[in-house]
Amino acid sequence: MIAIFVFYLFATLVVLSGFMTIFARNPVHNVLWLILAFFNAAGLFLLLGAEFLAFLLVIVYVGAVAVLFLFVVMMLNIDFAELRAGISRYWAIGGVLAVVLLFETLAALLAWNEGGIQIAGRAPTPANVPNIEALGAILYTRYLFIFEAAGIVLLVAMVGAIVLTSRRRGGLRPQNVSKQNRRRPEEATVNMKPGVGQGVEL
Amino acid sequence: MYRDLLLVAPELFLTLASLVLLLWAAWGGDKAAKAISWVAVACLAAAAFLIPAETGADAVAFAGLVTSDLFAGFSRVLIYGAAAVALLAAAGWFGRAGDYKAEYPVLVIFSAIGMGLMVTASDLLTLYVGLEMQSLSAYVLASFQRSDARSAEAGLKYFVLGALASGLLLYGISLLYGFTGSTMFGDIATALGSPAEEGIEMGRLFGIVFVLAGLAFKVSAVPFHMWTPDVYEGAPTPVTAFFASAPKVAAMALLVRVAVEAMGPVADAWQQIIIFMALASTILGGVAAIGQRNIKRLLAYSSINNVGFALVGLAAGGQAGASSVLFYMTVYIVMTLGSFLVVLRMRDADGEPVESIASLSGLSRTRPGLAAAMAVFMLSLAGIPPLFGFWPKFVVFEAAVRADLVWLAAVAIATSVISAFYYIKIVKIMYFDESAPAFIKEREPIGAALILAAALAVSPLGYLAIPYLTPLTDAAAASLF
Repeated sequence: MIAIFVFYLFATLVVLSGFMTIFARNPVHNVLWLILAFFNAAGLFLLLGAEFLAFLLVIVYVGAVAVLFLFVVMMLNIDFAELRAGISRYWAIGGVLAVVLLFETLAALLAWNEGGIQIAGRAPTPANVPNIEALGAILYTRYLFIFEAAGIVLLVAMVGAIVLTSRRRGGLRPQNVSKQNRRRPEEATVNMKPGVGQGVEL
Repeated sequence: MYRDLLLVAPELFLTLASLVLLLWAAWGGDKAAKAISWVAVACLAAAAFLIPAETGADAVAFAGLVTSDLFAGFSRVLIYGAAAVALLAAAGWFGRAGDYKAEYPVLVIFSAIGMGLMVTASDLLTLYVGLEMQSLSAYVLASFQRSDARSAEAGLKYFVLGALASGLLLYGISLLYGFTGSTMFGDIATALGSPAEEGIEMGRLFGIVFVLAGLAFKVSAVPFHMWTPDVYEGAPTPVTAFFASAPKVAAMALLVRVAVEAMGPVADAWQQIIIFMALASTILGGVAAIGQRNIKRLLAYSSINNVGFALVGLAAGGQAGASSVLFYMTVYIVMTLGSFLVVLRMRDADGEPVESIASLSGLSRTRPGLAAAMAVFMLSLAGIPPLFGFWPKFVVFEAAVRADLVWLAAVAIATSVISAFYYIKIVKIMYFDESAPAFIKEREPIGAALILAAALAVSPLGYLAIPYLTPLTDAAAASLF
């Protein structure tokens, strides 16, 4: 019963924050709504008993991707002074959101302990095998071919990023390690014995 | 396991080759670009010889993830051929601008690997990974000429819209998986074939629609064609030639396989969608091209138009329909690559590329050979009978008529008359208008040889190939059923 209730809570919030991601005017708010959507999706995974995917979603998407987005958005020219000016007006809604997140975390844990939600037609999962092990077993055997192909896709993305962004700049003096190592003391230093009152001829 | 690896031998070989070439590009720098291109062409040719010719259950590898049958083999030959031509054409074109980078051939090969995965896919996961590999390389290739703002814009546009299409496709895949319980084409077909409850039927239909929408974006069928003219115009011309040929074949082959193998039992559900896309593509591709002033945009609309005709063959369904699609795509890539090879030769006296249709005026007097070749390609694309371009249209319409879709064939013939208008207009501009400044004459033996070969292939001489080509496409299509 509680699982059903929590499911609808998460599902509604995913859809709602998805909408807000698109409709919010302020790009920083967009990203924050996106993070809320990710959190709720992670809650849905938790309800399904896919705890590994849930953590992955939070760690990878919220922890890395969304924060990266946030950095990019911060680079945009936004007047933060104006944003801060409104904080007294927004503390109420901010507080409500914080309470919602806290409540959701508790609810998800509660529902997970209750045994999660049961859906029909779900792929059978072997009993007593943790998520990570089950995923690894199938990823490196049955889907090995696709796993390797996905590696090539990542390589393509890397090559593409380098091709499109690296350029040869003039006037740079990069370090040449082999040239440095080839240099011998006798090329670099000269032993001189200047007489008194005389300078050194270079 | 060894047998499985043998079935994907072309992909494995190309992967190894691309990794070696990538290292060469990293150490050799852009000076090595030309040599790498030649080796890449040789690798594509070698990969074509590694394509296995298995049929039936022997062609299934990796527990059903990959089916390397004759259909996949035939499509792969076309893909490798088109990719090789794009490589040969690029070396001369980029060389003058000075921004030819050694990564270009490597990315084309990566793209070819992705397309190989697309045409061999018999699982939605393989399909998606192959599609992404092809698309990612394509986004980079589109914005390869970084100094040109239009090229950068084309790449960005392609990337954003491509990501949207991937999202649609993935949503469809997740729905299909959720409502049929499998990602394998065969199992999906079995599940779709058995009647389900009312609500689930709706979910399946949504899955089918979203998957078709995602794939329609890749073949640029109306109403998912918006990106095509902009990307084709902005991308460097050799890249545009590549986009108009190999990925189209791969995506079309993929669409045919998904429609037949995964969604075969519910043909009623997708047939109307395909018919709508076919009609919309032929009509819009024909009408919207009339007002174009840029030859690359015109060829983009021409490709939309041609995809529409190929979809008529798919709408007809059955073995004859699939065979006609393959036949159509084979002749189409020869015609379109030929036209783009001519566009590659369009350079003003300073050697700068020009793209306006007006600059073709009076080409028959300044460059009679080039004008004759372009006229052959244009009239062939229009499907005017003595030329070979007529035959694939005939095959497609015949398949439609046999499948009791006479009205569809009739409408498609009518739209092909509309599109003939702008093809003939190009011929008229070249032969009857006042001469524009002549294009610069350069010695480019490879380009000239390719244009000559393409022009001969789509000339009436092409009919001699029918007895060899038709059994091949028939056998390839038969391996789907």
